[in-house]
Amino acid sequence: MIAYTDKIRDIARRLLKDCRVETVIGFRNGSMPMMNEPCFIKNVDDVDHLIWDGNCGINLANYLTNRTDKIAVVAKGCDSRNIVTHIIENKIKREQLVIIGVPCKGMLDKRRIKAMAPGEVTRVVEDGESVRVCGAGFEKTYPRKDMLQANCAVCIHRNPVIYDELVADPVPEQQNVDRYEDVRAIEAMSAEEKWTYFENLLAPCIRCYACRNACPLCYCPTCFVDESTPQWVGKSQNPVDVRTFHFLRAYHCAGRCTDCGSCERACPMGINMRVFTKKLEKEAFEQWGWEAGLSLDQRPPLDTYRPDDPQDFMK
Amino acid sequence: MKYIRIDKAQWAQGLAAAEKAYRLFGPVREGAMLNFAALAPGQAPDLDGLNTRMSARSVVYPQSEILFEYTVDPNDPDGNVLKEAPAPAKPAAAVGIRPCDAYSFLLVRRNFDAPDVKDVYWLRNYEATTFIGLACDHPGSTCFCTSAGCGPYSEQGLDVLLQDAGDAYLAKILTDKGAAFLAAAGWFTEAPADSEGCFSAGKEAAEAKITSTVETDRLAEIPQMALYDANFWEDIAFSCINCGTCTYLCPTCWCFDIQDEVRGKHGIRERNWDSCMFPLFTLHGSGHNPRGQKVQRVRQRFMHKLKYYVDKYGDGIQCVGCGRCIQYCPVNIDIRKVCQLMNRFGQDAACKVA
Repeated sequence: MIAYTDKIRDIARRLLKDCRVETVIGFRNGSMPMMNEPCFIKNVDDVDHLIWDGNCGINLANYLTNRTDKIAVVAKGCDSRNIVTHIIENKIKREQLVIIGVPCKGMLDKRRIKAMAPGEVTRVVEDGESVRVCGAGFEKTYPRKDMLQANCAVCIHRNPVIYDELVADPVPEQQNVDRYEDVRAIEAMSAEEKWTYFENLLAPCIRCYACRNACPLCYCPTCFVDESTPQWVGKSQNPVDVRTFHFLRAYHCAGRCTDCGSCERACPMGINMRVFTKKLEKEAFEQWGWEAGLSLDQRPPLDTYRPDDPQDFMK
Repeated sequence: MKYIRIDKAQWAQGLAAAEKAYRLFGPVREGAMLNFAALAPGQAPDLDGLNTRMSARSVVYPQSEILFEYTVDPNDPDGNVLKEAPAPAKPAAAVGIRPCDAYSFLLVRRNFDAPDVKDVYWLRNYEATTFIGLACDHPGSTCFCTSAGCGPYSEQGLDVLLQDAGDAYLAKILTDKGAAFLAAAGWFTEAPADSEGCFSAGKEAAEAKITSTVETDRLAEIPQMALYDANFWEDIAFSCINCGTCTYLCPTCWCFDIQDEVRGKHGIRERNWDSCMFPLFTLHGSGHNPRGQKVQRVRQRFMHKLKYYVDKYGDGIQCVGCGRCIQYCPVNIDIRKVCQLMNRFGQDAACKVA
């Protein structure tokens, strides 16, 4: 990870010095364990703030929306796929971007690491293939691969799909990954079981919209939950409104979501709303063999029509 | 000051007795997190954790609260009558509330109980609540209460302060309300004579464990507009995704939105928490938004807590140092850093967050 950091700084320094970009968007050190902060660097003297490690889980494509300047952006596999989606959806132009690709080894699951620790975690050190978790009176070491965010553990696109610079050789992609074990488990439930499952899943939601706002796909000028003339969705903690928000948001992400995990990572209540977007990802894959953000040359399935589209859903 | 000893063996029994007269709230385990919520009948508060994910704010000020309801059904005897939502039948008790959360109600009260304007709903709930605090003997790494006007043994806003004494709780009775709650629970055993010493020793030990602080000494003297125009806001605001995590987890955020909801002939008016992080918060009917940009909203949150409040009330910052916003901000915006930047404005040559 130190090698990645050095390389990111070198590239950023060069790009800024040569005036190829006005801004570099990356991560700087956070004040909390397992937290880094997205930041922008405009000055060559500041590039040493940039860092890279397993705590860069926030998707930086989210910070590109509708920008007009020339930007270098640090992008892991999922970020790069969302950049592709952003370009396809006209939220940024390819010519504006210098993409600093990061072959990703997966992000640490801060929530799980905290939950497993016997006390408050004050320091987490990544050391190659292991992770050392420290707190008052304890120090534990885990294999890094067991501590990854759930979405990273089943990721099959760790390497950036689009980039101008690459900070290291590509990492091997994970093979024989079962991406949809969790979705199938829910599909197998009866209607009543599903109802209860979703009810429990969303019960802690406080409608802070961190999931929506961390998502690079959610860039609508006015989100449907914020529409007030007329108002479409109630504003209270009424479970019907809470569910409406989550279900509809997921549908808006159908065929676009890259399962970057920013939504779940951002949620202050630890809700795994990814099950909704993953179900739709699975549908898009099974119906059209579609995976979002892999190519600039292909339109997403939900904004194209082909006479040979499967119509199995019409009964 | 009167001290009572509550044997932990009598804890559940006492709470069961208190439950007859009070609606009990306390820390409860919900999945992987500890939350502050209503206790189910017979449920004991979980007092092993530190700060609950959500603060105790909702005991007095629920996230969604019905103010009144009505029906326009002509066949209903109450047709076309606005009916105030019924007040809860029993008073409430927040058992195991942390001192910082209890102190937060005193800050919030300045808004809801102003000399000229009274918020009847908030006041009704607040006055009907007894605060049974639990001293923090093991504060966390992001607790900075001692530099935010309270502390791990702060008694401000509490009716009783409990100290965990192993097989018992020592209860320091601070108000008549507190004494009434202990009486309802049937806890009358006078504590040993050295209880006061236990509390002062505990306080000293707990305060010594606080490692986190904020500097606030210069906030009042720096001119408002100078801070407003400071050069660091863009840097602070860049990472912000404008979610409501900080505002909703904060015990001292008080903003709300009024909504009418109608279904058929029946309607309610309710108020819901709102957040200055949301663009909708300041959107005018005309379509104009005075805080249309993210940086304006982020600045507002910190200026309100750390400058406007300071100037308006002259009694410190609108923050109790609970650390929730630091712990749960999805992008790690840290109020301690922002406070430092604000407090050192004009002193440090380079106002950099990193």
